[in-house]
Amino acid sequence: MMNMLQMPSRTQIASIKAALFALCLMPALRLALGWQDDTLGANPIETITRASGDWTLRFLLITLCVTPLRRFTGLNWLLRLRRMLGLFAFAYGCAHLTTYVWLDQFFDWTAIAHDILKRPFITVGFAALVLMTPLALTSNAWSIRRLGGRKWQALHRSVYGIAILGVVHYWWLVKADVREPMLYAFALAWLLILRAWWRELERRRQQAVPPPVPAYKGRVIRIVPTGK
Amino acid sequence: MLIQRPSDILPSEITPRTLFEERRRFLRDAGLLLAAGALGGALPSAEAAVTAAPKLGPLGASPFSTSEEKTPYKAVTTYNNYYEFGTDKSDPAENAGRLITRPWTVRVEGLAGKPRTFDIDELLRLAPLEERIYRMRCVEGWSMVIPWVGLPLASLLKQVEPLGSARYVEFVTLHDPKVMSRLPVLDWPYTEGLRLDEAMHPLTLLAVGLYGEVLPNQNGAPIRLVVPWKYGFKSAKSIVTIRLTDKQPATAWNKAAKHEYGFYSNVNPQVDHPRWSQATERRIGEFRKRPTLMFNGYAEQVASLYQGMDLRANF
Repeated sequence: MMNMLQMPSRTQIASIKAALFALCLMPALRLALGWQDDTLGANPIETITRASGDWTLRFLLITLCVTPLRRFTGLNWLLRLRRMLGLFAFAYGCAHLTTYVWLDQFFDWTAIAHDILKRPFITVGFAALVLMTPLALTSNAWSIRRLGGRKWQALHRSVYGIAILGVVHYWWLVKADVREPMLYAFALAWLLILRAWWRELERRRQQAVPPPVPAYKGRVIRIVPTGK
Repeated sequence: MLIQRPSDILPSEITPRTLFEERRRFLRDAGLLLAAGALGGALPSAEAAVTAAPKLGPLGASPFSTSEEKTPYKAVTTYNNYYEFGTDKSDPAENAGRLITRPWTVRVEGLAGKPRTFDIDELLRLAPLEERIYRMRCVEGWSMVIPWVGLPLASLLKQVEPLGSARYVEFVTLHDPKVMSRLPVLDWPYTEGLRLDEAMHPLTLLAVGLYGEVLPNQNGAPIRLVVPWKYGFKSAKSIVTIRLTDKQPATAWNKAAKHEYGFYSNVNPQVDHPRWSQATERRIGEFRKRPTLMFNGYAEQVASLYQGMDLRANF
C-alpha cells in the first residue's frame, strides 16, 4: 500500500489519470446538464460564462500546485498529472471564450473587436488565453525533445504571467465585491512567493558551497628541466 | 412608437400567473391521466398552488405600460441585485426572508412645508394603486419587463408640500445589520437621489408590488423606487427616508466608483460604462442580445428633462 502511494505502477498511474480526467470533466458536465434542464438560473449564459471562467482560473492554480505538492510530499509521480491539469485549464479557457463569442455576443465581430481593444478586462483575459495556446501546443514529449528541456521550461514558465493576467481579468470585471478575485489573488501570490523563496534558497545553497578548485586557465607553464 | 400606446388589456382581465400555471399543469396532468386510462381519479384543484403573497387590488391600468412580453415571475424574484443580502444574483431570494416589512414607516422630511412620517398602510391609500408594466435595464447589461404595482412618487411628495428651495430628492434605504450584510461592499445605508423634476415625473413610481401581489422582500419590500428610464440601481429598495434637499445628494454607487456611475445614470446606449458597452442588452429569457434604447425607450416622455444637457458629461 505504502509502496503504491510512493511509486504507483504504470497501470495504477493510468487508472489515476482516467479518474482525474473524469473528475475534471464534471464542471462541464454539470453545465451541460443544467443547460438542458434549464436549471442554470434566470440568465444561463451568464452562469456558463462565469463558471467556465472560474474553472479556467481554478485549473491554472491547481496546475501550479503540483510542484509544491510534490516537493512537500515527496510524491514525484504527481508531476505526471500536471500536463492533463494544464490542458484542462486551457480547455475551460477555450470554452469561456467560445461562450463569450457565441452565446454572449453571437458572433458580432465588430462588438467583439471593440471589446478586446477597448475593455481592459477583456484585453487582459484574451491575452491570457492567447498566451496559453503555445503552452498547450507544446505540452507533449516531442516538443520537449524538439525544443530542448531548458528552452521548453523557459517557455512554460510563462504560465506564471498567464495566471496573473487571469486574476487581473477577474478583478477588473467585478463591480464592487472583490472578495472572490482577492481569494484567487492570495492563492496565486502564495504559489509565486513559494517559488521565489525556493529560488532564493537554491541561490544561497550554491553560494554556501565552497567554490571548486579553480581549473587551470590561461597559459600553462611547463617547467622543463634544463639538463645541462 | 410603442411607448405611449395604452394597454388594451385591463390588469384585472389578465389571468393571474399562479392560476394560468395551475391551469397548464391541470391540462398536462389531465392529459396524462387520460392517457393512462385512469380518468375519474383525484384531479388537482385549481386553488391548490396559489402563492402565499397577498393579492393587491383592484388595480388601475396605466397608459405607460408596455405590451412587451413580461419576464416570468420566477426570474423577476430569483435574479436580483440587492447587495445588502449578498452580491450573487441568487443571494437576495435566499436571504431577504429575514427582512421584517411590517410595521414600516417612511419619513418624508427636509425642505417641505409639511414634513411627516407615513405608515406603509397609509401610503398604500394615498393614491389608487396602478399596474405599470415597465422595462427595467440593469447597468450590467441585462433587462426585464416587470408588471409593478404602485403609486406615482409625485402623489406622496405633494402631500408634504415641497418648498420652492427644494431641488433634489434623496432616498435613504434600510440598513439593518441584524438581518443584512455587514460587509462594507458599499457605503451603507444605500442612498439614491433624483432631481425634483425627475422625482415628480409621472413615470416615477413607488412600487409596493409586482404581478398583482405584495412585493417580495428580495425585490425591495415593502416599498421601493422605480425609475424606468434610468439604470436599475437608481431604483432604491426598502426605502425608509425621503428627503427634499437643495444640494445634489450623494448616491451609493457614485461614492463607490465616481467615474463609472454618475448621478443621472440615464439609460444611454451611446455612453458606455468605462468597462463594458451599453449599446446592447440581454432581455432575461431571450438568447440574442437586443439594442438598448435611449432612455430605455422612454425618450418621448423624459428627453425634455435633459434638454441642452451634455449627456456624456452628465452620465
